[in-house]
Amino acid sequence: MSGSVDRGGAWHPLVELALARLREFAREPEAVFWAFIFPILMSVTMALAFPGSGNTPAVVGIESGPGAAAVRDALRREPGLQVREIPAGDEARAVREGEVHLLVVPGDPPTYRFDPARDESRVARLLVDATLKKAAGRVDPWSAREETLQVPGSRYVDWLIPGIVGLSIMGTSMWGIGFGIVQARMRKLLKRLVAGPMRRREYLIAQVAGRLVLLAPEAGVPLVFGVFVLRMPIQGSIAAIAVVCLAGALAFGGVGLLLASRARTFEAISGLMNLATVPMWVVSGVFFSATHFPQPMQPVIQALPLTALVNALRSVILEGASLQNVMPQLAMLGAWGFGTFALALRIFRWR
Amino acid sequence: MVCVRCTNLLKRYGDLVAVNGLTFVVERGECFGLLGPNGAGKTTTIEILEGLVEPDGGDVEILGLRWKSHDRELRQRLGVQLQETQFADKLTVEETLRLFRSFYLRGRTIEELLRVVELGPKRHSRVGQLSGGQKQRLAVACALAGDPDLLFLDEPTTGLDPQSRRQLWSLLSDFRRQGGTVVLTTHYMDEAETLCDRVAIVDQGAVIAEGSPRDLIAQLGAPKVVTHQGTLEDVFVALTGRHLREE
Repeated sequence: MSGSVDRGGAWHPLVELALARLREFAREPEAVFWAFIFPILMSVTMALAFPGSGNTPAVVGIESGPGAAAVRDALRREPGLQVREIPAGDEARAVREGEVHLLVVPGDPPTYRFDPARDESRVARLLVDATLKKAAGRVDPWSAREETLQVPGSRYVDWLIPGIVGLSIMGTSMWGIGFGIVQARMRKLLKRLVAGPMRRREYLIAQVAGRLVLLAPEAGVPLVFGVFVLRMPIQGSIAAIAVVCLAGALAFGGVGLLLASRARTFEAISGLMNLATVPMWVVSGVFFSATHFPQPMQPVIQALPLTALVNALRSVILEGASLQNVMPQLAMLGAWGFGTFALALRIFRWR
Repeated sequence: MVCVRCTNLLKRYGDLVAVNGLTFVVERGECFGLLGPNGAGKTTTIEILEGLVEPDGGDVEILGLRWKSHDRELRQRLGVQLQETQFADKLTVEETLRLFRSFYLRGRTIEELLRVVELGPKRHSRVGQLSGGQKQRLAVACALAGDPDLLFLDEPTTGLDPQSRRQLWSLLSDFRRQGGTVVLTTHYMDEAETLCDRVAIVDQGAVIAEGSPRDLIAQLGAPKVVTHQGTLEDVFVALTGRHLREE
């Protein structure tokens, strides 16, 4: 711009637009509450569900009948098992709802009732089987020497926290941007803005930029919680984590712009946001590894922005990867950010 | 010097012909009113002039320039107030003005704008807490931010109480005293008579009469005006057989 520009005391439009976005957010108490409370709630829940030790016993139920007492005595001696009393007639429900991981029906030989699709049920089966056979007189040829390792950063909860950070970035970037835009469209404010000399590109950039200020607390809250409460180790550099989070926020900012580019009602934007985010909650490896899904799906899953973000965060936080190591994920996030931004600018409905 | 020249404007929405061969000229320094009932095509016309709606036919020239070739320059030189714009409730008056002022490369200061629309005492109030009249004055202040040569106002006083209307009228008189040109739409006859040098009466997308309010009333002739001094309402009724405010 030339030096003769006089904005009458106002900043550059990019700054004013981003400030307006930020002020509107900061003055919406509910939005602030959810942006910061949600990741904490999520983390606390996780901490309760996965208390650091990781040595949760397999829970076993025993169907009443002849021989039940002997089975109970044998199983009680095994420290890795916990026997839970199930009222007669209630066994099927207890197994189905996961109250017990396996049900033993005493007999000769006994019967195990369990769902082999559940990892903890398979563990319970192995333990129960070994314990009962030993009690019945089986002699082991040898006992292996055991070295138990508690590698910091290898617990499930350590693996989970970067996923929560990714979810938090995705959720707040997309919802915050999408609703703000749809509201401005409903109020015909967008139309008024483009009636003046505002640059359309700058409006869209400012919507994303206005959210970036909030990135530090949004990503920081679950990370700080993970480090100080759950004792998650951070192997990589803070700067690298910040860069990955920034790339994620830009990618999801672009997706948010794109989803909001045509929607005219809150119902429409909510539907679109759910359509975009819910599948990623499931397949992008936040709660369980994305590699669980069949091979033909992998190219799609790996190309999703949340998968890229969560993988990059895990590499940096848990494995100490450098930015060079996560370059493929960063490139993927960049492609999502710029691609969706360019498309949003083309198809955006200003009226 | 001609400020606005539109010739044979045509705009269709599906089967509906919103603007049907509309033609008029606005000279510099004039206040020109588009007058007509709801649905006459006033808003479509003014939005075509503002470069928000593309006409299906006809020609528009604003300040000697055309939208296709001089979009950015025109937007810097025009002031626009739209019907039904709601500014962000959570921003203050001053923040809203700063935002709109930031788009212009030159223009009035925030202080000046606040003074002109008499919102100085409200500068730190949230937009959501303003009265209808105050909101409308803020809209006009945003339109004045770039110190425009030409101001477009779409039903600027619809829904306002009499005092707020007068306040807005005096604001527009000040703007005109400084050489500004105004194009406005209204369906209030008294507003057109007070503010406008010339009016075009629009019905079904076309101009059915054009001239100064006084001339239009005079053309009615004495017989039709018996009990009171003639008004533009009488002109409209005489021309169409309908009342202006009819839906």
